[in-house]
Amino acid sequence: MGEPLLEVRGLTKSFGGLIATDRMDLDVTEGETHAVIGPNGAGKTTLLSQLSGDLRPDAGLIRFVGEDITHLGAPARSMRGLARSFQITSIFKDFTALDNVALAVQAHAGSSFRFWRPARRERALREPALEVLRTVGLAERSELMAANLAHGEQRQLEIAMALATRPRMLLLDEPVAGMGLDESQRMIRFLQSLKGRQTILLVEHDMDAVFALADRISVMVYGRIIASGRPEEVRVNPEVRQAYLGEDTLL
Amino acid sequence: MARSPRALTLAAGVLMLALVPVAAELLDQPFYVDLFRRIMIFAIAALSLDLILGYGGMVSFGHAAYLGIGAYAVGVLTHHGIANGYLQWSLAILGSALVALAIGAVSIRTSGVYFIMITLAFTQMLYYLGISIEEYGGDDGMRLAVRSQFPGLLDLRNATAFYYLVLGILLLFLLLGQRLVDARFGMVIRAARSNEPRARAIGFSPYRYKLTAFVISGAMCGLAGALLVNQTEYLTPEFMHWTRSGEIMFMVILGGIGTLMGPVLGAAVFLLLEDVLSAWTVHWQIILGPFLVLVVLFAKKGLIGLVPDEAAPGG
Repeated sequence: MGEPLLEVRGLTKSFGGLIATDRMDLDVTEGETHAVIGPNGAGKTTLLSQLSGDLRPDAGLIRFVGEDITHLGAPARSMRGLARSFQITSIFKDFTALDNVALAVQAHAGSSFRFWRPARRERALREPALEVLRTVGLAERSELMAANLAHGEQRQLEIAMALATRPRMLLLDEPVAGMGLDESQRMIRFLQSLKGRQTILLVEHDMDAVFALADRISVMVYGRIIASGRPEEVRVNPEVRQAYLGEDTLL
Repeated sequence: MARSPRALTLAAGVLMLALVPVAAELLDQPFYVDLFRRIMIFAIAALSLDLILGYGGMVSFGHAAYLGIGAYAVGVLTHHGIANGYLQWSLAILGSALVALAIGAVSIRTSGVYFIMITLAFTQMLYYLGISIEEYGGDDGMRLAVRSQFPGLLDLRNATAFYYLVLGILLLFLLLGQRLVDARFGMVIRAARSNEPRARAIGFSPYRYKLTAFVISGAMCGLAGALLVNQTEYLTPEFMHWTRSGEIMFMVILGGIGTLMGPVLGAAVFLLLEDVLSAWTVHWQIILGPFLVLVVLFAKKGLIGLVPDEAAPGG
């Protein structure tokens, strides 16, 4: 195994007195599905936002494909192959599902300073977009307004947008949050189908999803990783059991 | 191919506008040429605002600034003996584009109320600048000695020729605007309006697209300013008064935000109502005000929203 695809060193972020990320180290290897779990308020979303460039860390280093990206904004990181989904579904609601994905394709298909040709008639944008919608199972819903999709479909659409940027790594913030049992099973199956082909960093609350998907698990408590390893190692780790005591007994 | 009711409305509207000079001639009412030319000039201004307001979500509450710059470009050059229209109108477009670049560069970094206040503040600055320069009439303004000269092309003193020129520019801008918002460029600013964090997450840097749209919009409105001063043959800082910015925004909202055609209709309805009501009573705004409130309350997509448009998904 070579260098990790994503390397985090000494990452620190605080909000006033609250230290959300505390000198954190994390490695994600190419091809693995890595889950970050932790109790509520452990700082998981804050971590993801720093990785995606939506939030500036106070200190520390983020290296992606060997390049220091600590000071790059979200668009530049997307260009380098990092794609994120949000905990609270974030889509272009007043566009069709196909438009949403075509926009993601467009952002990675040359200059958008083009003023004349209708973008909705560019096959180079529409066809790859439809192809991605097909893989997530939304092809029949492509002409629907994104706002009119069911919650689970909107989450699928978000993943489709991320995939349409042809990322080297997916950052997923609770992809099955708020889903019914059927929907979440479908999403888990879909993410399983990506395994091996796609490097994924997953922040998740749902332990069924985590154990179904993760090759490695890092446990985050109060902004720090207290344990990291294969699922069966983490499951029996006494520190982890301690941290989760009283929250739930899923572990 | 079946045409949507809205496309038919557009065709009917263009036909009507094209026939105004003919009708005015037949009815012996040359005043209508003047009125509808004025309507079309404000339609251009409203259309330019809609590009950034309706599609880019940028609530510019200072669009009168570009009307003023366009008007001053013409007025000032004429005052110094340069009546060449090509030169004047180029300066009007370039000058307003540059000012839009400066205002946009600052304001687009903000959003919401701050964006509104910054665009308003810049326009007020320009308004007071206009008032303070005595050379160009200061507070009172000054008469435009001659209309812009286009030797060999057309004579703006000819009311009908001037009218068709304005109609031509309006139609050109409608076409350009439609191409712009449907092209890749337009999709980016619309996406950014819809959900900016999402637009950034998929790799767009919205700032430069929004700034470019802001400059294009300012330049279009600058040309409307050059037309306006030729229309009124009088240069006054009142062109830049904040109530003027408000009126342009009203036209956009009244007609239908984010539709391009709507603002044209909005300008027509607004100015026709003003014309009719002000002949009737000096307190015409007492009637216009509630009318606007009713439209905003009951026709959320503006007057054009009452005309169905099948083929228009996406914001």
